[in-house]
Amino acid sequence: MKVSRTELVAGRALLLGLMAATVLPFLSILTTALHPSGTLPTGLAWPDDPQWGNFVDAFKVANMDALLGSSTFVVLAVVPIALVMATMAGFAIGLLRIPGARALLLLFVLGLTLPFEGIITPLYFLEREMGILNTRLAIVLPLIALFMPFGVFWMRAHFANLPHDITEAARVDGAGMWTLFWRIHLPLARPAISSLGVLMAVWSWNQFLLALVLVEDPSQRTMAGALGAFQGHYATDIPLLCAGTVLILLPTMMIYLLFQRHIIAALLQGSIKG
Amino acid sequence: LTANRTAKAATRPAPNGRNQSPASRTSQRTPLRKGVRRRAAAGWLFVLPALLMYAVFVLQPLGLTVQYSLYRWNGVGPATWVGLSNYLTVLRDPDLLGTIINSFKLVLFFSVIPVSLGLVTASVIHRVAPGRLGTTTRTVLFLPQVIPLVAAGIIWGWLLALPGLINQALAVVGLAEVTRAWLGDFDTALPAVGLIGIWVLLGFCTVLLLAGMTKIDQSLYESARLDGANWFREFVSVTLPSLRYEIGVCLTVTIVAALAAFDIVYVSTGGGPGNSTAVPGIQIYILAFLERQVGLASALAVMLMLLVLVVILPIQRLSRDNRP
Repeated sequence: MKVSRTELVAGRALLLGLMAATVLPFLSILTTALHPSGTLPTGLAWPDDPQWGNFVDAFKVANMDALLGSSTFVVLAVVPIALVMATMAGFAIGLLRIPGARALLLLFVLGLTLPFEGIITPLYFLEREMGILNTRLAIVLPLIALFMPFGVFWMRAHFANLPHDITEAARVDGAGMWTLFWRIHLPLARPAISSLGVLMAVWSWNQFLLALVLVEDPSQRTMAGALGAFQGHYATDIPLLCAGTVLILLPTMMIYLLFQRHIIAALLQGSIKG
Repeated sequence: LTANRTAKAATRPAPNGRNQSPASRTSQRTPLRKGVRRRAAAGWLFVLPALLMYAVFVLQPLGLTVQYSLYRWNGVGPATWVGLSNYLTVLRDPDLLGTIINSFKLVLFFSVIPVSLGLVTASVIHRVAPGRLGTTTRTVLFLPQVIPLVAAGIIWGWLLALPGLINQALAVVGLAEVTRAWLGDFDTALPAVGLIGIWVLLGFCTVLLLAGMTKIDQSLYESARLDGANWFREFVSVTLPSLRYEIGVCLTVTIVAALAAFDIVYVSTGGGPGNSTAVPGIQIYILAFLERQVGLASALAVMLMLLVLVVILPIQRLSRDNRP
């Protein structure tokens, strides 16, 4: 493609500008976090005496160790269970084509664009009745269920696009349905499953509404849910609030930079299939 | 175990299957069908866990929302049947209806701007930065997409505050008189919330559209150029139609993000000042959990869900059916 010099310069300038606009907000909270606690700094200014101790304070104030544990628990409970359920259902709908598969798929797909606010009120009362309000289960169970539409849709797409020969060959060899699933299709589906797992982990970690409504104690919430509570308490102490935000961003950012390709690819595939 | 084996035997084709006459095939039908039925039953067992979970924690509350919406209930005492009057209240009360109008205004910021700007950015990357610069831009612009929306809200709450970076920058370029607390001003709060949405969603749209662009057949551009098309004509007659599907996906995701916005608004403005940034999600939360008007909250929730479907379905249809 031939591109004129003006276009080259203007285009590169636009890209650099957009990158600056994306990164500057992060730099702003980082520099603000280093100002003395309780002061009101300006947007982007390097402090004379960087207060690295703010991070330690925020770690203590935000109960970060409990929080990390709690968020990790939610992710570790939600992702594997949701993956197993979605994979099995996707297998039955996409590959076994059980009777009623189309109707089942439609039922799950209906939930794809469901706003969580639509069901949050009855969820609260349901969980109050079940006695699981304010426990971690209060977040874990609905989250697994809310991941089913996307999870089943995603895994079905994987299984429906597999060449049929594999299944046939296995059947000829006398494999039962469980063997077929466990020994043959599960290993083959590993890339699809791991992308789905990455997505579910990010979504669980970032989940806010469920945590806010269903769990009162911030230290039992997800990271995002706790951040909301932290903001409520420290809205006036800007440097400490920024330090807390940086700490809570840190795990996500590190994981993103490490698995950047994987995460982008997963999110893209996810939205295209959706 | 035995049942399992019979099923296997029934589905296993006969060794001389190809030479079988139609008649002998019919004779095999009965056991085959039996096997099929057994396999179907076993297949349903695979769906059951997902279906149960979905039914209990999504479909059941979905039905309950509709049920609640027909009652007046404070969440504790007895509920009174009120028919459709909660819906009428939503339609009549300017504050409640206003939340729906606000969410449509947010569509401009969360959806129209990110998708348009994303198209421009993606085509710029595609044309002038195929190498390292393009990859870096992609990675950087995508970053806001992976952080919690709550964090985005807090970050921008600070940037848009009186001493924040935005006002600092405005003062530097000599626009000190327009500086203000952007999220606290009746006139600017909604666009300011919208700006946060642009920041979060631009990267997603750019990356998705870019992925679509790289798949466009280059010969389409060559023949367009032979016809004397300039950059703009090329964009309208080749790029846009080829990206119809990706644009549809971008619109769907971003419109849902706008209509069902909660996290960003809750953290950055809480719906204020006044009701200037109140959206249905925030209003449902306030009605149900702070004002204890469960019925009214549910009516608004039902309307929100219907609204999302009504807006999304035509987009899905347009972008899918005409897929080249």
